[in-house]
Amino acid sequence: MTAKTTKFVQGNEACVEGALYAGLDFFAGYPITPSTEIMELLARRLPANGGKFIQMEDEIASMCAVIGASLTGRKVLTATSGPGFSLKQEALGFAVMAEIPCVIVNVQRGGPSTGNPTHVAQGDVNQARWGTHGDHAIVALTASNHQDVFAMTVEAFNIAETYRTPVILLLDEVVGHMRERLTVPEAGAIPLVERLRTSVRKGVDYHPYLPRDDGRLPMSDFGGVHRYNVTGLFHDMWGFPSDNPGVVHGLIRHLMDKIENNAHRLAHYKTYHLQDAETVLISYGSAARSALHVTENLRARGERIGLMELQTLWPFPAEQVARECGHAKQVVVVEMNTGHMCQMVRAALGPPARVFLANRMDGVLITPTDIKAHLRLIAGRGV
Amino acid sequence: MSVQDYIRERFFPHIWCPGCGHGTVLNNLVRAVETLGLDKNEIVMVSGIGCSSRIAGYLDFHTLHTLHGRALAFATGVKLSRPELNVIVPMGDGDALAIGGNHFIHAARRNINITAIVMNNRIYGMTGGQFSPLSGEATTATTAPFGTIDPDFDTVALATAAGASYVARTTTYHVQEIRKRIAEAIVHPGFAVVEVMSQCPTYFGRKNKQGDAVEMLRRYKEGTVPLDKQPADPEKIPRGVFVQRERPEYCKRYEHLVQAAMTDGAALT
Ligand SMILES: Cc1ncc(C[n+]2csc(CCOP(=O)(O)OP(=O)(O)O)c2C)c(N)n1
Ligand code: SF4
Repeated sequence: MTAKTTKFVQGNEACVEGALYAGLDFFAGYPITPSTEIMELLARRLPANGGKFIQMEDEIASMCAVIGASLTGRKVLTATSGPGFSLKQEALGFAVMAEIPCVIVNVQRGGPSTGNPTHVAQGDVNQARWGTHGDHAIVALTASNHQDVFAMTVEAFNIAETYRTPVILLLDEVVGHMRERLTVPEAGAIPLVERLRTSVRKGVDYHPYLPRDDGRLPMSDFGGVHRYNVTGLFHDMWGFPSDNPGVVHGLIRHLMDKIENNAHRLAHYKTYHLQDAETVLISYGSAARSALHVTENLRARGERIGLMELQTLWPFPAEQVARECGHAKQVVVVEMNTGHMCQMVRAALGPPARVFLANRMDGVLITPTDIKAHLRLIAGRGV
Repeated sequence: MSVQDYIRERFFPHIWCPGCGHGTVLNNLVRAVETLGLDKNEIVMVSGIGCSSRIAGYLDFHTLHTLHGRALAFATGVKLSRPELNVIVPMGDGDALAIGGNHFIHAARRNINITAIVMNNRIYGMTGGQFSPLSGEATTATTAPFGTIDPDFDTVALATAAGASYVARTTTYHVQEIRKRIAEAIVHPGFAVVEVMSQCPTYFGRKNKQGDAVEMLRRYKEGTVPLDKQPADPEKIPRGVFVQRERPEYCKRYEHLVQAAMTDGAALT
């Protein structure tokens, strides 16, 4: 597809369009509501477009299969929801440790356990950050509308390939299933990142895990002229297991630093009416649609309210939040969980910041009316 | 090429105990590859976690040392992505058939062209001697101090029922057989399983009073029998090629699916 096209689609389809635009050519998955449309669409689209599609026996296998395929040089994706996201965690950690580019979509539903399969929630934000064991860094993006789902999906692939890392795209049931307009830009309109491949020639020693000065690690595809070892154990520059304290410390630092030191580059967010806002709403995903509605509505009535919509959740854009909200009298975090981002905002702003949580976690999309009720409470005007 | 050319000497000494059967498998696997004259760049070895899985790191192929039980799932991704590569997956019995049992039967069902080697020592070596689904009843292990009450799987029967199109069994006493069976399995165009009974003198041997490595090898010699001779010796474990059949291979089927997809207008957009 080269020409610009406009479609009326579900968010899950916007994600598929973004992935194909980014160059996706390998998908492995296991069906689960509310993410299934992603795999159904790719089952049709990928084979005809030179890609590979496989329905695996479970989500663990799906995560493993995409990692294997990525090592052969493909751009890979898997998509799931809560229970499946839990199953993927061990292999996701492998991708962190072995530095394998891959994108994981989690269309969030209510949890824990089987929870509320067909209803919206944002309860996996902290799981995206800390779901796999051990110290590590992670990138997680989100979006509130289909144009942004498309853009963030492309960005997820670009980040995965740039930093050799898994990237989690945290959508939610409302965004995934709702239909709205999507314009797929013409080819080339959004820059795509191809992974850095080694220029070391055949017969010359290639060190798969020796970072360049800029921290990047050029890759060599499996099946190519460089044969090397990939492991989930701590490893040296050859990819060989090591428990040498220096090697272990160095690798943990490298895995953290390559993400955390680039937090400013990875920080995507949108602002609405923040210049003179006394009340700042911070929100993301489908909740941000209601937050935006409230913002526009109260602005029209002359209230000094603004919205910061987060698109990067991890690494948490602490500096950006501090900068955008530093002058606000109060900050209200609107999300559909017990306050995963609210905690981070509190930590970023520090005392004596007035940070409140406006949430809902009953499987129903938080509405503008809900948010206004919270605002009245905060203002001491009762419900 | 000599055997040395297939080994990453930089990564030696290996982690295995003296007398461990896994080294014998490594040795004969290399010889099988050598016999076939395969290009090292065309071999991807994917392993899980366990003493057995360490084979991958020692060999000069593209090697992927993954998670306990998941080697075949990673390998499926590699193979489907690049069907022209030879994918070999060495696994322990726990790795292949306890935690990895689901991936094992599904890889067999798909008949994807992967060579699976199950190094069956009837125990969890790496974690220090717990029983496995291949230990068999009345085996003693650290987690079965009174003997296991768990019945065991028969790897050959399981692989056959699940759809593997090549299934063989041998032991570390029968080194020529290992070499032959692995070579046949690599060449076989479908999911191929070679079970190699491999001694763990450190845990299985000690816990079950089976003596040292030499004594354990003697048991393999005396306790097993070629498949065609088994009727006369029904008490003994049969060795040989149990299954060698033609079934459509998964990556080949995928090629056909691509043809179908190409004629579907909606798929091409
Ligand atoms: C998810 C997970 N569970 C448990 C372990 C611990 N573990 C490592 S190896 C192993 C069993 C090894 O036995 P086997 O697969 O038979 O191989 P062997 O060491 O005997 O060659 C276990 C339980 C692990 N690494 N990962
Ligand atoms: S514990 Fe057993 S399986 Fe592991 S290396 Fe030692 S002898 Fe081999």
